[in-house]
Amino acid sequence: MADSGVIDGPGRKDEIERAKSEGKDLTKEEKQRLRKEKKQQKKIKEKKDDKASQENEKEKKPVTSAAPASQPPTQPTVQKAPSAVPATAPVSVPASEASVPADKPTKTKAELKAERRARQEAERASKQTKKGETGQQAATSKPKAPPSDLQPVVKRLPEHIQVDNPDVLKKLAKKLERQQTPEHYAAKKIPLRSDYGYKVSLFSHLHQYSRKAPLTQQLSIPSTVIHPAIVRLGLQYSHGIVAGSNARSVALLHAFKQVIRDYTTPQNEELSRDLVNKLKPYISFLNQCRPLSASMGNAIKYIKKEISNIPSNCKEDEAKNKLLNCIESYINEKIILAGVAIAKCAIEKQKISDGDVILVYGCSSLVNHILCKAFEKNRKFRVIVVDSRPRLEGKEALRRLVQKGISCTYVLISAVSYILPEVSKVFLGAHALLANGYVMSRVGTSQIALVAKAFNVPVLVCCETYKFCDRVQTDSFVSNELDDPDDLIVTRKGTTPLEGWENESSLGLLNLVYDVTPPDFVDLVITELGMIPCTSVPVVLRVKNVDQ
Amino acid sequence: MELQAVLMAAGGGSRMTDLTYNTPKAMLPVGNKPLMWYPLNLLEKVGFEEVIVITTKEVQKAMSTDLKIKDVKMKLDVVSIQEDGDMGTADALRHIQPKIKTDILVLSCDLITDVALHEVVDLFRAHNATMAMLMSKAHEFTETVPGQKGKKKTAEQRDFVGVDKSGKRLLFMANEADLEDGLSIRKSIMRKHPRMLIKTGLVDAHLYCLKKAVVDFLTENKSISSIRGELVPYLVRKQFSKTVNSQKLKDDTDDQTQEKNDGPLLISSRDEPLLQLAQERSCWNDHRGDMSEAYHGGKLRCYVHIMDQGLCCRVNTLAAYIEVNRLAPKLFEEPSVHPSADISERCQMGSDSIIGAVCHIADKTSIKRSTIGNFTTVKEKVKVTNSIIMHGVTIEEGCNIQGSVICSNAVIGRGADLKYCLVGNGQHIEPEGKSTKNSSDRL
Repeated sequence: MADSGVIDGPGRKDEIERAKSEGKDLTKEEKQRLRKEKKQQKKIKEKKDDKASQENEKEKKPVTSAAPASQPPTQPTVQKAPSAVPATAPVSVPASEASVPADKPTKTKAELKAERRARQEAERASKQTKKGETGQQAATSKPKAPPSDLQPVVKRLPEHIQVDNPDVLKKLAKKLERQQTPEHYAAKKIPLRSDYGYKVSLFSHLHQYSRKAPLTQQLSIPSTVIHPAIVRLGLQYSHGIVAGSNARSVALLHAFKQVIRDYTTPQNEELSRDLVNKLKPYISFLNQCRPLSASMGNAIKYIKKEISNIPSNCKEDEAKNKLLNCIESYINEKIILAGVAIAKCAIEKQKISDGDVILVYGCSSLVNHILCKAFEKNRKFRVIVVDSRPRLEGKEALRRLVQKGISCTYVLISAVSYILPEVSKVFLGAHALLANGYVMSRVGTSQIALVAKAFNVPVLVCCETYKFCDRVQTDSFVSNELDDPDDLIVTRKGTTPLEGWENESSLGLLNLVYDVTPPDFVDLVITELGMIPCTSVPVVLRVKNVDQ
Repeated sequence: MELQAVLMAAGGGSRMTDLTYNTPKAMLPVGNKPLMWYPLNLLEKVGFEEVIVITTKEVQKAMSTDLKIKDVKMKLDVVSIQEDGDMGTADALRHIQPKIKTDILVLSCDLITDVALHEVVDLFRAHNATMAMLMSKAHEFTETVPGQKGKKKTAEQRDFVGVDKSGKRLLFMANEADLEDGLSIRKSIMRKHPRMLIKTGLVDAHLYCLKKAVVDFLTENKSISSIRGELVPYLVRKQFSKTVNSQKLKDDTDDQTQEKNDGPLLISSRDEPLLQLAQERSCWNDHRGDMSEAYHGGKLRCYVHIMDQGLCCRVNTLAAYIEVNRLAPKLFEEPSVHPSADISERCQMGSDSIIGAVCHIADKTSIKRSTIGNFTTVKEKVKVTNSIIMHGVTIEEGCNIQGSVICSNAVIGRGADLKYCLVGNGQHIEPEGKSTKNSSDRL
């Protein structure tokens, strides 16, 4: 199309040039006339084009088919069309110029246009056939938006729940390759962690890693590609040393602080853009050590926003200080003070009253904090701690509560329906609150909520607002986390029944980490904004987005 | 930078003086490569780019001429110290303290291993440990040691190593020599770790990851001179000492002086409150059953990785040297015959023998399970079995060498028959000489 602008109807051009040189603006009528004439010319050209190109093709086809060149006869017809057309295009241009000297420039330009269009259509057709050959991935990957006027929103599935799709895995590997930090040559890249063991078919779309094969095996030891603080953090995540939504976010922000402190802007780069690029491979690394939690995701979004909002005229030290202060204030506001506010809210609004029997599940840092604070305020209550294998986190919760002096009972989840008649309230922690009001928490939480509902016991979920997530999920299968299956193996009295489980073809071990609880089972959510029903989560999200 | 590597190559080889009186221990050939090449290779494979090598001037000179060491792609920062032997490993660390900017990985030059180094370093990283070390199950040496008459009862002193039930945390470390009247374990340790496994059959690989704070601590405490002998047991004991754990005893004057000494050890990093917060909020604990938090609130932690498979050998005795010559070549996929060696066709060479560079092996020789060094000449009708021949040796016709170690530049006369002998540097064995279980040096 580059030609078309230059070459114009010779007559009109002279007039316009004359007008311009005389310094007169083209009047409206003249402009309209120009436009009409251009359109007419185009139409005429197109008609002539088609005829001309057809003629040329007929002429040139015997030529091209005779020329053996690089076209093996076995090529499918679809592919022959695009290869024939470009072959004709350069051939036809001089030919047309030679054969049709009268209409000189317009003809060739129009012909080129038609040929280009034909080429594009042919390529599109060939792409379609290729996609048809490779299978029904069109269904799971980008759903093809029908070329209708509606233009529906195209939803793309995140890659961490498409593990059984080999194309997606290849894309992920390529992405990790590309994400190496720029000063290191291509040999050093973020390694790809491979899955371990047989995955139960319902969950085969998720990653399942083994703790015995850490990602650090493939990294160099004085780790240069990834900042040492991030490597340490990744190891702590994968070993479970830092576990729990709040702890993981705080540890992540602490590691980012160290990264920012050790960061120096390279030449000709801006801190606001380069630092974000530096953080990308670190985040991929952490994601492979252990899939990111919703709270971590929100923290990362916040940091990235803060970094990109740094003005370009800001000096490096100032910028770094600003970022460090931002991180400090984020942790202070969203985690520490939010916890204090939630505890205050729960205690003052008499959610924990004298004589209460409170049931907690697993080890939620926020729920423990609330109970300890209530005990300090001299409320008389007792706690029932419900625990489940393989993590047995309840033991840690039990330790912390008993250390404070709270009287506790400890049961396993299988005894929950036995103990529930004694319970007056259930306090649950949350890993994330989804946009449709579902609560994502440790596996087993939805069971407890269900049984509590059956016994008419109120269920209260405590959650800070920074864990609210835009995702929507109605079941625990679509997106979850699979932990190391070897954790389920236990040795009792010297025997390990599940020892050789990998060799049994019909045996699969499933160690789920999260599950979702529907809002019907949750009576109240206590956040630092107040006590809201589960269905008000999207409102909070909306308000938050408006604020930002 | 995360870790700096320090290679201790100034050791004298006091337990194998027969071999080391002429060649420094770091340059002894093992499988035709100098001994210190093996730890350097380990570091290079794992991804280190720089190593600080602490050694004597003699070794430094030898290093500059050795081809294999020149092959090493890492940057070697050689620091030479006096050869009088009074400087212990900890003294050496004190000497290079200005160069140390971050945590260090200390290696000994006589370590030959194929350990996955990330196992040790991961313990160091994940638990934010003060020290992480490597140990391995000991193997009996089965080969007869030349120069030893009769089976020598190893008067080696045992090491008692106590680990917790996960097998990773180091609770107790003492050498038999230091335990005069029995092994006593403090009650505080038993209270915190009621299940402790005490192992004696372990070999210390002398590979330590130490925090930078430990090096700073060494500069203040000049009384510690050996890492293995004094520093490591000190750190292991300090894990459970009262001043480390409770801050309430600041009034006590005795504890104050101790605290001053331990000051550098307990230096906390910046953002300690954030780390504390993360640990508080985390629902993880390394032990169950008592009321204390993770790690019992202790800031000083020592970890150990115990290898049960694979090769891990310290070459500090003659028996170890011979054993390692057998095993070390299997670590690498190199051809057993150097391309520049000239071997005649009628030579019978076993598959587990190694021939060095520019060797001349004549006809009708038989070489089985042996290592032949560079520039050696082996004449006709020689039988070499189970032996180690170092560089520059000439073996005349008709010799029979069995189970022996022949040091560099020796000449074995015609028809000599050596069984389980050790021939020193530059020695000449008379023709038709017969020696059994003899060690000839400095005659």
